[in-house]
Amino acid sequence: MSTPLLEIKDLHVYFKVYEGILKVLSGVDFRVEKKKKVGLIGETGCGKTTTMKAIMRILPALSARIPKGKILFEGKDILEMNSRDLQKVRRRNISIVFQDPTAALNPVFKVGEQLADVIKYSRKEGGTSLSEKEIKAEAVRLLKEVALPDPERIMENYPVQLSGGMRQRICIAMALASANDLLIADEPGTSLDVTIEDQILRLLKRLVEERDTSIVLISHALGAVRGLVDRVYVMYAGNMVEVSDTEDLFSDPLHPYARGLLRAVPKLTGGGIAEGIRGRIPDYLNPPEGCRFFPRCDYAMPICEKNQPPFFNHGNKHEVACFLYQR
Amino acid sequence: MAEEILTVKNLKKYFITAQGTVRAVDGVSFSVKSGETFGLVGESGSGKSTVAYTVMGIYNPTSGEILFKGVNISQGINKRPKSLKKELQIVFQDPGSSLNPKRTIQQTLELPLKVHGSSGTEDCTSRVIELLRMVELPAEYMYRYPRELGGGEKQMVAIARALATSPSFILLDEPTSALDVSVQAKIMNMLMRFQKEFDLSYLFITHNLSLMRNVASRVAIMYLGKICEVTSASEFFHTPLHPYTRMLLSSIPVITKEEEALKPKKIASRGEIPSPVNVPPGCSFHSRCPERMEICSKEDPSIVEVEEGHTVRCHLYHG
Repeated sequence: MSTPLLEIKDLHVYFKVYEGILKVLSGVDFRVEKKKKVGLIGETGCGKTTTMKAIMRILPALSARIPKGKILFEGKDILEMNSRDLQKVRRRNISIVFQDPTAALNPVFKVGEQLADVIKYSRKEGGTSLSEKEIKAEAVRLLKEVALPDPERIMENYPVQLSGGMRQRICIAMALASANDLLIADEPGTSLDVTIEDQILRLLKRLVEERDTSIVLISHALGAVRGLVDRVYVMYAGNMVEVSDTEDLFSDPLHPYARGLLRAVPKLTGGGIAEGIRGRIPDYLNPPEGCRFFPRCDYAMPICEKNQPPFFNHGNKHEVACFLYQR
Repeated sequence: MAEEILTVKNLKKYFITAQGTVRAVDGVSFSVKSGETFGLVGESGSGKSTVAYTVMGIYNPTSGEILFKGVNISQGINKRPKSLKKELQIVFQDPGSSLNPKRTIQQTLELPLKVHGSSGTEDCTSRVIELLRMVELPAEYMYRYPRELGGGEKQMVAIARALATSPSFILLDEPTSALDVSVQAKIMNMLMRFQKEFDLSYLFITHNLSLMRNVASRVAIMYLGKICEVTSASEFFHTPLHPYTRMLLSSIPVITKEEEALKPKKIASRGEIPSPVNVPPGCSFHSRCPERMEICSKEDPSIVEVEEGHTVRCHLYHG
């Protein structure tokens, strides 16, 4: 087996706060192969964004600690990189699209200027220095690629002059300019309307397929993930609980949490709404010692209380971190 | 046939801004029957919240009539009798901003009781505890502040506040769109139970069509201040007529194969909702419509009743 593009091994992320230490991520394992589309689902506060920020090393420097774990990008540990190498990865290899395009763009610069900066430094890192004219031509090309009409005019606009969908397309264009290997999309459509979200997701799918880039799509909109990715990770309270190919996961979820989550999604076919999952996400100051889903689980066993379950293979590349599937 | 509890006739609400007149709601008519859940769906900027706020009396309508139990309530909130205010309640989208951060949950829940009831302090407290019990929150939450609660719990307090005056009609303005699916499931089930228990009518606003399918009995689709289609929920998902409805349906992300089969053949969504200051002439949807005809850019279609209880505003169904 070749080296995966990105591999996270046993990642722990803690945050120091006034009340103590928030043990948010406790042993996250995650891999993205080259040219693959991977989804990450889970509810608010389960650590999806923390994981992605750890990859980019943009966690708040004062409070975040990474006591344990590796983030390997093409075999090199991002956490060990010096700032020069890290800058290179950020400028050339990995890029991120945030949830809220309004907050991601600087309101006092024209979008064209912001995009030009990204292109300039990304190319410089690759060893080519572009003239103003070439940068502009590249910006126009990128804006056309994200299906924005009239790119020359849009580049002269400030973010407030554009709609939410257009701003998100700008953010995607900026990410494309520097993401040659991996694009991380952190809830790219959540703040948009359903028809616009649909457009954005189709756009992302087309772009990563054309460019042979890998993508990590984070979302709590399960349907959006299902439509786009090949493989899905389910996250709960700072742990990965299940991973499998997309169709397998949606037709046959194994982990009690994944089951509860999928059941709770209202279906177009009707039939009412199933009960949600009882209880709430654990307190990160004092998380359960064993399986973090233990207090809410209907199938809890004595072993779950004290031990964190490892991944068990359930065949067909379907793995689940739950003692119910221990053999 | 159940009686109509709320009737809205040709409601218009315009806002005058520096850029021009915004026709946020432009001739909307619908009625909500007693005991039903009437769904109002639309994208942001379609005017659905403006309809809601006008019904609640937060805005005065520019023209048109709102009848609640046969009484005209369109003249504005000051002229609305207190006994009617008690009957109409609202739950807002974001409980983080609809609950006063400086008031304890007890103070928040007591206010409607004090305004509308005559009960003394002791009665008030016991009613607050009862309300919290109804929404399955522990009684000691009455001493807490909103910031100490999770998003779902805050929304339950907001629901308890709406229930405090024993209303007959509750307006739900995207009550779960800020919440996770498992919390959403809990809240929606609770709302459905209250509807049966207290014989409530709901005007339910959302952009989540899958959710709408499971809770609403009838659905209206809004686009740029106008209603495009009104029909029963099951009809709506099986035989959608308006091209915009079909575009919406085919845009919904789904999670099972059975659902996939139900979606209309992929109509790629395109374009964005135009600015309501600058509504296109003719049918307001024509700029995004895949089945556009010549007449669409010239004439605004009138509403046709295709079947009983199924109305649509589109030139495709004229003549």
